[in-house]
Amino acid sequence: MTPTPNSQYDADLHGWYGGAGSFGGRFMPEALIAALDELDAAWQKAMLDPAFLQEFEGLLQNYAGVPSMLYEAHRLSDHAGARILLKREDLNHTGAHKIRNVLGQALLTKRMGKTRVIAETGAGQHGVASATAAAYLGLDCTVYMGEVDTERQALNVARMQLLGAEVIPVRSGSRTLKDAINEALRDWVASVDHTAYLFGTAAGPHPFPSLVLSFVRGIGDEARRQCLDLTGSLPDAVAACVGGGSNAIGLFAAFLDDPDVAIYGFEAGGDGVETGRHAATIFAGSVGVLHGSRTYVLQDDDGQTIESHSISAGLDYPGVGPQHAALAASGRASYLPVTDAEAMEAMSLLARTEGIIPAIESAHAVSGALKVAQERQGETILINLSGRGDKDMGTALEYFGLGTPKETA
Amino acid sequence: MSTSVSVAFEKARADGRAALVGYLPAGFPTVDGGIAALRTMVESGCDVIEIGLPYSDPVMDGPTIQAAAQQALEAGVRTTDVLRTVEAVAATGVPTLVMTYWNPVERYGVERFAQHLYDAGGAGLITPDLTPDFAPEWIAAADARDLDKVFLVAPSSTDERIAMTTAACRGFVYATAVMGVTGARDATSDLAGPLVERTKRAVAATAPGLPVGVGLGVSNGVQAAEVASYADGVIVGSAFVRALLDHPDDLDAGRRALVKLTEDLARGVRS
Ligand SMILES: Cc1ncc(COP(=O)(O)O)c(C=O)c1O
Repeated sequence: MTPTPNSQYDADLHGWYGGAGSFGGRFMPEALIAALDELDAAWQKAMLDPAFLQEFEGLLQNYAGVPSMLYEAHRLSDHAGARILLKREDLNHTGAHKIRNVLGQALLTKRMGKTRVIAETGAGQHGVASATAAAYLGLDCTVYMGEVDTERQALNVARMQLLGAEVIPVRSGSRTLKDAINEALRDWVASVDHTAYLFGTAAGPHPFPSLVLSFVRGIGDEARRQCLDLTGSLPDAVAACVGGGSNAIGLFAAFLDDPDVAIYGFEAGGDGVETGRHAATIFAGSVGVLHGSRTYVLQDDDGQTIESHSISAGLDYPGVGPQHAALAASGRASYLPVTDAEAMEAMSLLARTEGIIPAIESAHAVSGALKVAQERQGETILINLSGRGDKDMGTALEYFGLGTPKETA
Repeated sequence: MSTSVSVAFEKARADGRAALVGYLPAGFPTVDGGIAALRTMVESGCDVIEIGLPYSDPVMDGPTIQAAAQQALEAGVRTTDVLRTVEAVAATGVPTLVMTYWNPVERYGVERFAQHLYDAGGAGLITPDLTPDFAPEWIAAADARDLDKVFLVAPSSTDERIAMTTAACRGFVYATAVMGVTGARDATSDLAGPLVERTKRAVAATAPGLPVGVGLGVSNGVQAAEVASYADGVIVGSAFVRALLDHPDDLDAGRRALVKLTEDLARGVRS
């Protein structure tokens, strides 16, 4: 079951991807190093323990609804001129791929004997998933969320609260995801003896990128098998949206050693990369250190983080996981921007052609894949539909001017 | 020419007392105002100055220092302003360190930053989110210029990591007295004493003579005296920042508050 090490997504001992000193690492306060070492050791041990893996798999199946189906989107395929397959992570419990990561990390927390979890959240999906896992496993849960995000994702704030979590609005900096991570780290420095930090994406200091991948890689492993069962061959291309990068790396990892499968990550292009108001970290950023790892970052000439912009809170992050940085640098995967407008158009298109309302994050992947399809007519493209759009109805309502039934004359 | 902070620690040691290390971020409340404030701290009794490089994502800082750094950034402070501040403060003859998160240095260029810091008369760097095992570039650049490398140890550090850290330090080793972010606290931490003891053992084995400074939470002379009883240096940050924050738009009043605080702390490290 252990996959062969691949330097692009498996870290070396120090957490480097794609060679020592390149991407990843652990740029963290000394106060947290012991906790990261403890987590690393507990995780390594757990991944070799059949009892842990069985418990994790059992929870995924019986609680989270995994494996999610691979769905052939016929009407969207007709529209695209390519065979479009959707990995339906939107059907998972709590509505996104995030539940996989969180169940894995919460189980680890129990094994480490800690009683409290903290999490950061952007869209609120990771916060909801964390609150859910904490409720299920009887852990205390505190979620940090940028104040801007608590406003645009109010429904998810209510969900977390109903699940018994404390939601703390973060008012520092840009008041979005990056600042929520800062605040969670500040909490963790002071609470590390009894608290685990459930990191929400495949970014951050070693071992988080590898650890998160180990819990979400089922996305790609399942999709690969399901695609072979359905079509008799591998897809020609796979596509996912990239915020911090967890749903994307979870999908990509299963195809990295298949040279004939093209890999596309779609970043949030916001108002358009040329406007400077975007979150296209790999496409338009530069190499730097943020939140503990060396990766692509949106930063100014002095290394100050530039605030990102996206209509989608889950992609609104000025950094990205180091595995994606390594994959971009090696050329194995391509990362391209999709604007707010393009994503919203894809959201509407998927709703009308397939009766599926995607998360706006996932709509970025749909839009990007449709663009790719123009050069890949007749080919098979597998898209990770990372989440459902319920949480985004407020945004959609405003964007499309919905909600008021038309008066009949 | 840069002076290692160890000179100031040795002088204090010869006087039979601990050294007082004072911190303010550069550009706060303005670049020139910050220079004036830091000079005031020097004149009132700080033995070593730490100048913070304001950063957008300061994960080790509590609300007080965050507020000052954010104010400086909003006013447009640049890395070059930090170096100018270093030059102005180091000119007083007091050893001057820069305390910075890692990304701004990496962005400026590690070699280039080291050279410009050296040219400005800076003594070296304190790096709160860079540990020696991830610092080969900085260590090489600092060693080439005899700059101080101040790394941190924490109550959670293993003995092995403390030894690895003290072996890599030059100037002093920074012991963070509490598990938590920067910010003044009412009581000094009971974690500090044991940490300093473990650190001194590591110093004896790996870096004989390296001073141990203790920071995080000290805000008055009484606390400074307590820390001075077991540490070679007492590091104070948030309390100085607070003194200026409490006097917005009135730098003279802020500086008077700095004088009072510095004198209180200076008495503390001597008692
Ligand atoms: C549905 C959905 N997709 C994608 C993301 C982006 O995260 P990541 O890049 O880690 O998959 C989020 C984040 O909140 C999300 O909710």
